[in-house]
Amino acid sequence: MKITNNEYNKMLKAASPKTELHKTLPKAFIFGGLICVIGEAFLHLYMNYGASKETAAMLTSITLIGLAAILTGFKVYDKLAKHAGAGTIVPITGFANAVVAPALEFKTEGFILGVGAKMFVIAGPVIVYGIAASVLYGLIYYIMGTVVA
Amino acid sequence: MGAYLGKGTIELNNAPSILSYASAVGPKEGQGPLANYFDYIGEESTLGESDSWEKAEVILQKSAFRAALEKGKLAETDISFIFAGDLLNQCTCSSYGIRDFDIPFIGLFGACSTMAEGLGLASVFVESGVAQNAAAMTSSHFCSAERQFRLPLNYGGQRTPTSQWTATAAGCAVVAPRKDPPYIKAVTFGKVTDMGVKDVNNMGGAMAGAAWETIGAHLANTKQSIYDFDMILTGDLGMVGSGLLIDLFKRDRIDIANIHADCGMMLFKNKEQDTHAGASGCGCSASVLCSVILKRITEGKLKNVLFVATGALMSPTMIQQGESIPAVAHAVHIGG
Repeated sequence: MKITNNEYNKMLKAASPKTELHKTLPKAFIFGGLICVIGEAFLHLYMNYGASKETAAMLTSITLIGLAAILTGFKVYDKLAKHAGAGTIVPITGFANAVVAPALEFKTEGFILGVGAKMFVIAGPVIVYGIAASVLYGLIYYIMGTVVA
Repeated sequence: MGAYLGKGTIELNNAPSILSYASAVGPKEGQGPLANYFDYIGEESTLGESDSWEKAEVILQKSAFRAALEKGKLAETDISFIFAGDLLNQCTCSSYGIRDFDIPFIGLFGACSTMAEGLGLASVFVESGVAQNAAAMTSSHFCSAERQFRLPLNYGGQRTPTSQWTATAAGCAVVAPRKDPPYIKAVTFGKVTDMGVKDVNNMGGAMAGAAWETIGAHLANTKQSIYDFDMILTGDLGMVGSGLLIDLFKRDRIDIANIHADCGMMLFKNKEQDTHAGASGCGCSASVLCSVILKRITEGKLKNVLFVATGALMSPTMIQQGESIPAVAHAVHIGG
């Protein structure tokens, strides 16, 4: 008996298990929150050692990125991310993982065409549109400032 | 000589034999329920000293091929043609796997349907008399497939519940003129079937329609009923695709639930080994067929198996251009 694509896709939807949001959402919240708590701890640590709030914030970002890169290298980050989902993708650590993972993966093709060319294959779009958005934001900020003044 | 029954089906009146078969798998597959049936189990995903995943997959093919030759007491020169393919661009692992052997090579791409495609073609070549012995071989490797089709291994992404785990496995079967079972009785080459599925993480769902079409065509062309078989063995529909295939036949008022088995559901302990919806990849159906299934047919425990390997002919480029996933399924009737 013939079947239309529409009918087929309805049957497929019924046959496919869905992501169990009641499990994944709390886990993402806890892991993501935990990374932020670790970040806060580093921030206070650096401030205790006399860094200004701005410098301490910068050092915290560097520390978290460094830790995520090392954990990616030791194949731990992806195992955490299996449970944490967005909790490990959204924070700055996720960005570090997105750069280090392809760099490691493509080292078999050499340092230029492998690591160098493929390193930003995931993070590239984030950088492109991040910069584009910041330019736009800067322009609006400048125009608003000029108008108000 | 084979007889063309129409719409892709060729009946092999002489019914060539599968003279020898072998499988080679990676460590995860070696911990699965079929561990005792494989000829070679790699201790690590790198399969020895290979420094890349592609080279590891090449080793899998070589291991399966050498084991098949050995089991059939065959020399390299006994093989007239080899039909081989894999998932990677340019059929990389097949051509590199076979370059050390002095055998005419016919490269195939049918994604995960390649084992049935190759076995079908090898059988037709032998049936027609142009080949004495013809081999069919395919492989896949989880890591080489991930890096070509998806994301780097250490990227912290989550797999969806419908996604399947690409098998690190290879299988090889050598077809020869009729002697002992298993025999190849008929072959149906399927058409490209696109059900409009766009979810690249639901391959089983994209392929179930193709399996349903090809099984239907095979039965209609050979004037057989589904109950003439004691097993309908689909390639790698996995949990979702298998369920959907049963539903599609239910719609036709045919109950296949009791005789349907799926290689994608047999290779791993799905829950324990965390594969989500089951196994996939060319090597999945190849290694399951060239281990437990052909052994059971040889022993007479299975009499008539319709082996239907399914392939999602997915191109990442076309998916990014908004296209859906075409699929194909080829059926091979293997009998005892």
